[in-house]
Amino acid sequence: MWRDAALVAGKDLRIEARSRVATNQVAPFAMLVLVLFAFALDPNRGALKQAAGGLYWVAVLFSALLAVQRSAGIEAGDRDQLRMSGLDPAGVFLGKAGAVAAQLLALEVLLALGVVVLYDARIASVALVVAACLLATVGLAAAGTLYATLSAGVKVRDTLLPLLLLPVAAPVLLAATEAWQAALAGHPGDGTEWLEILGAFAAVYVAFGVVGYGALMEEA
Amino acid sequence: MASGDVVRLRAAVALIGPFPALAGADLCVDRGEVVLLQGPNGAGKTTILRVCAGLVPVVSGEVVVLGHDLVANRRAVRRHVGLLHQVGGLYDDLTVADNVRFSVRAAGGDVNAVGPALARLGLEGRLASTAVGRLSAGQRRRAALAVFVARSPALWLLDEPHAGLDAEGRDLLDALIAEAVGVGATVVLASHELDRATALAHRTVTVSGGTVVTPPVGTPARPEAAAHVA
Amino acid sequence: MTVPRWVTRVLALGAVAFGAAAAIDGLWVMGPTAEQGDYSRLLVVHPPVATLAYVGFGITALASVLYLVPRTRRREWDLLAGASAEVGLVFCGLTLITGSIWGRPVWGVWWTWDARLTAEALLFALFLGYLALRRIPAAEHVRARRSAVAAIIATLDIPIDHYATSWWQTLHQGSSIDLLQPDKHLDTAHNVGLALGFVALTLAFAWLLVHRYRVEKLEARYEDEGLAAALADRQAEGRVEVPV
Repeated sequence: MWRDAALVAGKDLRIEARSRVATNQVAPFAMLVLVLFAFALDPNRGALKQAAGGLYWVAVLFSALLAVQRSAGIEAGDRDQLRMSGLDPAGVFLGKAGAVAAQLLALEVLLALGVVVLYDARIASVALVVAACLLATVGLAAAGTLYATLSAGVKVRDTLLPLLLLPVAAPVLLAATEAWQAALAGHPGDGTEWLEILGAFAAVYVAFGVVGYGALMEEA
Repeated sequence: MASGDVVRLRAAVALIGPFPALAGADLCVDRGEVVLLQGPNGAGKTTILRVCAGLVPVVSGEVVVLGHDLVANRRAVRRHVGLLHQVGGLYDDLTVADNVRFSVRAAGGDVNAVGPALARLGLEGRLASTAVGRLSAGQRRRAALAVFVARSPALWLLDEPHAGLDAEGRDLLDALIAEAVGVGATVVLASHELDRATALAHRTVTVSGGTVVTPPVGTPARPEAAAHVA
Repeated sequence: MTVPRWVTRVLALGAVAFGAAAAIDGLWVMGPTAEQGDYSRLLVVHPPVATLAYVGFGITALASVLYLVPRTRRREWDLLAGASAEVGLVFCGLTLITGSIWGRPVWGVWWTWDARLTAEALLFALFLGYLALRRIPAAEHVRARRSAVAAIIATLDIPIDHYATSWWQTLHQGSSIDLLQPDKHLDTAHNVGLALGFVALTLAFAWLLVHRYRVEKLEARYEDEGLAAALADRQAEGRVEVPV
């Protein structure tokens, strides 16, 4: 399973390196969202700084949608080649989710810089921020990969995926924002309980993916 | 009569949604045979190939491929079978070499077979490091065939393999099929290229209306008789 | 799995009878409370519909599991899952509406980010997503399978939702009174009203579910009969084309 996961992740990341969708499209989009928030909220910097954590995670969530959509789109609509390849489905799931997670983490670093620079946010506790990002990313990548596969090959895929994924991802947004706000405000102690929620979410969805992805891939 | 040690379908009914793509098909293929499926469009040729690949579920009847009962478990057989699609099957953004290497490693095959396979299909050098998306249809077909050669599955399922290939490519394909049989593989192909394909095949089988209508024993396959379309 | 006629009749009668009793209690017997005035009468409706929305989702999830497990796989489970989701959606919508109405006079706003209400709003979104997935233009078995998986994935999310929203609320709203929690010192009329409301609405839920399920079954049968005809046509197509 792990060997297959590494193979699939490598393949997806290599495709990304060649096509540069994440760097040329998703990253600019994410930064654009940050800029748009600045227009939408009080130009008085105070509002942006206060809401920095939440705005950050909304930007991450939208980027995750795109990343996961792209990950599923790489496989031709009916996923025949994946099924015929002889790869372990659990490995395919971990590989694809892993590749998405890697791209998201890189994006999150970029966005964090953006938030620090554009919103004048100060990160008091780096450890909490990093932990929140890691856990939230794993959860988003796992749930996103599952839902992207569920809506793959359907013409209305682009509108269906957000409707499916965003409500499910809401607790991640909530918890990650709270963790970040605690880190930005300098009270890291308040943030640790939110890490539990992020961890639970990640564990549940990774477990489900490993067990259920095989069934998902059938009947494309 | 074939006894079906590689492929055995009996009264197989396969559904694609509400549509009965196969409405009770029978087919037996032995080791080392080359069997040609012919019939009008929509007859069910592609479905038979996909059923043998374990991609399409069978709702009633019997399907045994390479000793695997596909009604019980469709996944186990896939490693041993190669399916050539009519379209697609490769990642557009990766190079030919990367694609073949990925497929071989995924199937647990020998990576060293990749180079010779590419050479056999005339895809070395610059072509090997070109992204598949930039290739012509014929070159893409060759790349897909390179995967076959490198993986060397026990059963080759080819759907319109000659389509999109130039004359040289078609000759090459025929040679590859002969070589595959030489090492003990079995080939089932669906084709409209009747002249070429009947020369290749040991046996021709007519598919129509989701069932297999075999010409009577003793009659060599005559394209004009079976291709009569209402 | 057919539900006999008399069951639905009993359900309907029961729902009407208890509904009437609940209405009488709610509108006449119950007096207005000190904190919430007349709006406490919503006690008869709101908690039951809120609970039933979750029950609806629970049935969908359970039926989805039964559908996916090969040993218990039957088309009926998929039909039940779909029916339950639709009825659950309606009850979820009622929850949001009654919750909003209840909140307005007390808090002066149409919506408070109360933990439970927020969780129900997310549930509503989960329902919508599930029902949207059921309508994709794909083969029936594809739809059924994908919907079943989606239902299970979404169910995993619900407990997480609860913890997250309740921790969130205590963080931001401190010790505000939980809008939906009935006052501690309820008189008999209120308790009776709540109980009657629960029974009446549960019966109504069951009645709606049975009817919706029947419609799904009829649609499925219509498709199946179409299949038998299609099979016959397909084979006839074969016979015509092969010359003697």
